[in-house]
Amino acid sequence: MMADIATYVLTALGLVFFVAGTVGLLRFPDTFSRLHALTKADNLGLGFIALGLAFQAESWAQLAMLALIWALALLAAGTVAQLVARAALAGLQEDE
Amino acid sequence: MMPTFFALTGAVLMGVGTYGLLALPHLLRRIIAFNLMGSGVFLFFGAAGARGGAVDAIPQALIITGIVVALSASALAVALIVALARSTGTVTLADEDTTS
Amino acid sequence: MTLALDLALCALIVCVSLATVAGGGIFRAIIFFITYGLFLAIGWARLGAFDVALAEAAIGAGLTGVLLLAAHGRLRRMRTKAVVQRTGLNLPAALAATAMTGALGWAWFALPAPSVPDLSQSIAQTGVGNPVTAVLLNFRAWDTLLESIVLLAALLGVWMLAREEDWNTPLGPRYHALSGGVLVGFGRLLPPVGLIFGAYLVWAGAESVGGAFQGGTVLAAVGLVALMANVLPAPSISQAGLRIALVLGPGVFLCTGLLAAALGSDFLSIAPEVAKAMILTIEIALSISIAVTLALLVLGPPVDTQGAP
Repeated sequence: MMADIATYVLTALGLVFFVAGTVGLLRFPDTFSRLHALTKADNLGLGFIALGLAFQAESWAQLAMLALIWALALLAAGTVAQLVARAALAGLQEDE
Repeated sequence: MMPTFFALTGAVLMGVGTYGLLALPHLLRRIIAFNLMGSGVFLFFGAAGARGGAVDAIPQALIITGIVVALSASALAVALIVALARSTGTVTLADEDTTS
Repeated sequence: MTLALDLALCALIVCVSLATVAGGGIFRAIIFFITYGLFLAIGWARLGAFDVALAEAAIGAGLTGVLLLAAHGRLRRMRTKAVVQRTGLNLPAALAATAMTGALGWAWFALPAPSVPDLSQSIAQTGVGNPVTAVLLNFRAWDTLLESIVLLAALLGVWMLAREEDWNTPLGPRYHALSGGVLVGFGRLLPPVGLIFGAYLVWAGAESVGGAFQGGTVLAAVGLVALMANVLPAPSISQAGLRIALVLGPGVFLCTGLLAAALGSDFLSIAPEVAKAMILTIEIALSISIAVTLALLVLGPPVDTQGAP
């Protein structure tokens, strides 16, 4: 029962962060601020959702897999954000 | 009840893909529409297989085969498009070129 | 409750597919297509087809998306003639699309009652626990053998588009990863993890969700990331090791089938005593071939990167 409430609360928090990130993506003016919104808010949202799901895990193996999923998603998102930012910077410098 | 939703979604996807295949001029977008059609048919097929209570493994195996073959067909088509662009300079078919 | 979830998921899938064929440039269409593939994978999980969900996410969304993005990059560098977007609805195409949807929708309600064959007795004899793997590698092994050969044939078709003088050029575009940069770090960190994942997916496919195709795709993706980060040298078609890896899967599969025929039973039949060992051997060889074939399909034919891209 407590675990279910924890899952609801944490997943709802994660959803709030995802909505915030999406609003940032739609409303911010240029690539760099949009990247800011996406990486910070979405990674935190994913972390909260993974934490909320962790309360429903039935074994240590499932917990470890959830942690691994979050770590890999974080790694990929960070790398891709760096690459997109560098490409956007190169595009800007070309225009000047 | 649930498989019906997915089957009707598959039917709609097939329609959307058909429209894209016939109406879009850019050849890469036609490949995307072709993939939409394929995945729509797979969804229809999979929903048909999920109608019985138990898990029906044969449609699932055939769908996996279909997904892999669709990728290889898309890869060949994309390579052909790139070769066409290299030799003619356009990404539309000659008789549909609306710019000339 | 789950009804609302399924309805929302189906509505999302339809909306994203409409966004894919709508206007706005081809890059947008490709990104929407990748998102569509991921939503479709969730749909497959809802239908209870988890192996199909893995295959759709990895191959349908992932590899097809990479293929289209790479092609889009190549076409942009070629500076082809801009495509004029026609405004307005193409009426004959819309009519054809509506007819297609209507026919399929009517066909769904006209389907006869479902009759699921009871495979549980036979699956115990196949040596594997996952029914989808049993169907793929035992009951319908002929289809899977032909499928692996079709993959090889598509790759040969892609290679035939190369010019004679480009034949030995390393595959793939020239990557500009900064040494010591983020991509190189990613390319060193991901392959070990990805290798374990891919091998685990192949191994686990025998008893639970997974399989040769899903594991092979993960290995292909890991190889592509390593290539992009300049951690792996770019392959060229004439390398003997590459060609052996390509032919290994279909070759081992065909040999086991012929062996069964030579030993007296039918072609591609698997005796229940050796079933598990044989299926595992075939799966391992098949996933190596699938990984290399899929990676090479995405890389495309060898091109001369000095002049034309």
